[in-house]
Amino acid sequence: MQWTELVVFTALFLLVTVLGFMAARWQAGDTLDHLDEWGLGGRKFGSWITWFLVGGDLYTAYTFVAVPALVFGSGALGFYALPYTVVLYPIVFLPLVRMWSVSRVHGYVTPADFVRGRYGSHWLALLIAVTGIVATMPYIALQLVGLEAVLRTMGLNGSGILGHLPLFIAFVILALYTYQSGLRAPALIAFVKDTLIYIVILVAVIYLPTQFGGWGAIADAAQAKFDASEAASDGVLLNANNQLQYATLALGSALALFLYPHSLTGILASRGRNVIKRNMVALPAYSLLLGLLALLGFVAISAGVKPITNQATGRPDTNTIVPVLFDMEFPDWFAGIAFAAIAIGALVPAAIMSIAAANLWTRNIYKEYLKKDASPAQEAKQAKLASLVVKFGAVAFIVFVDPQFSIDLQLIGGVMILQTLPAVAIALYTRWFHLWGLIAGWIAGMGYGMWLLYNIGNPAIGKAHFAGSALPLGKLSLFGWHPFGGSTVQIYVGAVAVVANLLVAVVVTLIARKFRAFNGTDETQADDYHVDEDSDRVKPVAAH
Amino acid sequence: MPSARKSSLRWSNWNLLLLIPLLMLVTPWFNSDEPRLFGLPFFYWYQFAWVPVGVLCVGLVYVKTKDEPVVKGKPDLLGVDDLDEGAK
Repeated sequence: MQWTELVVFTALFLLVTVLGFMAARWQAGDTLDHLDEWGLGGRKFGSWITWFLVGGDLYTAYTFVAVPALVFGSGALGFYALPYTVVLYPIVFLPLVRMWSVSRVHGYVTPADFVRGRYGSHWLALLIAVTGIVATMPYIALQLVGLEAVLRTMGLNGSGILGHLPLFIAFVILALYTYQSGLRAPALIAFVKDTLIYIVILVAVIYLPTQFGGWGAIADAAQAKFDASEAASDGVLLNANNQLQYATLALGSALALFLYPHSLTGILASRGRNVIKRNMVALPAYSLLLGLLALLGFVAISAGVKPITNQATGRPDTNTIVPVLFDMEFPDWFAGIAFAAIAIGALVPAAIMSIAAANLWTRNIYKEYLKKDASPAQEAKQAKLASLVVKFGAVAFIVFVDPQFSIDLQLIGGVMILQTLPAVAIALYTRWFHLWGLIAGWIAGMGYGMWLLYNIGNPAIGKAHFAGSALPLGKLSLFGWHPFGGSTVQIYVGAVAVVANLLVAVVVTLIARKFRAFNGTDETQADDYHVDEDSDRVKPVAAH
Repeated sequence: MPSARKSSLRWSNWNLLLLIPLLMLVTPWFNSDEPRLFGLPFFYWYQFAWVPVGVLCVGLVYVKTKDEPVVKGKPDLLGVDDLDEGAK
């Protein structure tokens, strides 16, 4: 047991718990019994709050734990997280303000709400909502993996179900204050989280290299380790086979990120278009931080970090390498702060994700199919309950599913959510795609993507299926036809699946137009996509 | 076809700047060890250098398109659909 670390950690954890419960009254509107208030914080967050909230939402415990772990394990490939977050903002800059405007005019709370309005089809909206919920679940689970990596490093490393008890307690607390305060809780806690994270990372990247002879020596030591390993795909640089994978993984992840319901929640909660635009300029500050963090994977190699054996699974947990590095190199009190930063870094996104998934459930399934005449108060009640269910679902995910490579869980979700690109992102610009084309494309992309992921095995870790998202082009087959022969060049599965999705969507759209099939009704108008906060066309917040 | 249908696009050539950061995905340009900076291989510091480039591109587009016309409920640019189908 690391008592000093535990005490500092617990103190900071208690601080955010108090903040979480107090948040219910922070900038509160007239009522919390409305999704605009509980689920979107009153739709009035300014530039600073949005920066902390979205930053806390996008740069998660996954960032702090799994990315350095990937760099530790395979080198350059793990650094994809940096280009991912650099190309992200230019790509989403224009679509996001359109999404904000149209959502503000029509009172949309979720991406599926928008699709429902744009195509007038509750079936298409259902597909989008279910995709969002299913893709978000492993993402929440990933946050738990980050949290647990920290807890185990501090000595709370029990075996069996008991080993998950600290995680369970942390999540019960999180669930309670999210239930009470809604989106305001993570928004307020994000201030603490990001401040701690910035301090910890800056200290780590300035202080730690001096302990191991500077970056040059660290990079050489990493290369020596990769040269000695049997795996062919690792190294301080990319090789001929994984460059395409690196680029497509970065691009695919960037396209996918704002299709996740929780990312849009942060955007829709902001006050106006300029708040979003300013944030697209300011958020890359976190990208810098993320790149520096990734390099800690190399530092861990120099420091000779050995991953802690997870007593629940009996295998080394590579996600513990950054916590172990901090544990070895920092005084106990500072390691405690670092661990609290990572743990709170798990709580903020987990809260937002569960709120987003709960919004989807409430708006696009409960109100659509189960209780069409639900009042706003009933909607809010339903969403609060759903957020509890989602969180405990995620805990079950961690307890019963092997957390060995948590990053792969998220990659599967990434492939899934990418399949909503045509219906959500492209539909912001054009209704060219036919309703049936979008549905057919979704089915094709999802089916093909899952099938490809299923067939990716990795004998080295004893997994025959779902062992990663890197597909050798030579293995790419379409009903037995291999268009790329025996090529060993790898590509990100999500990129392949979304291309299949788009192709099918185009073909079916052309056919549907030929037969003049009904294409749904569009309740949005051209001007809706440009409305700003001062317009008289925006829908009053928390009105029925 | 509803008569309100018109183009919902507002284009500015400044938006083209948003394409520049995508160039950082061309891995053969930077997949090398030398030259190093502070001991860090080229592969890493080159990609760090793209962070400010991305910020600059997005920032420029934000500043330069700030004065886009405010919607006052008046018709937008005449869309292709209107011309095609004689909706007016």
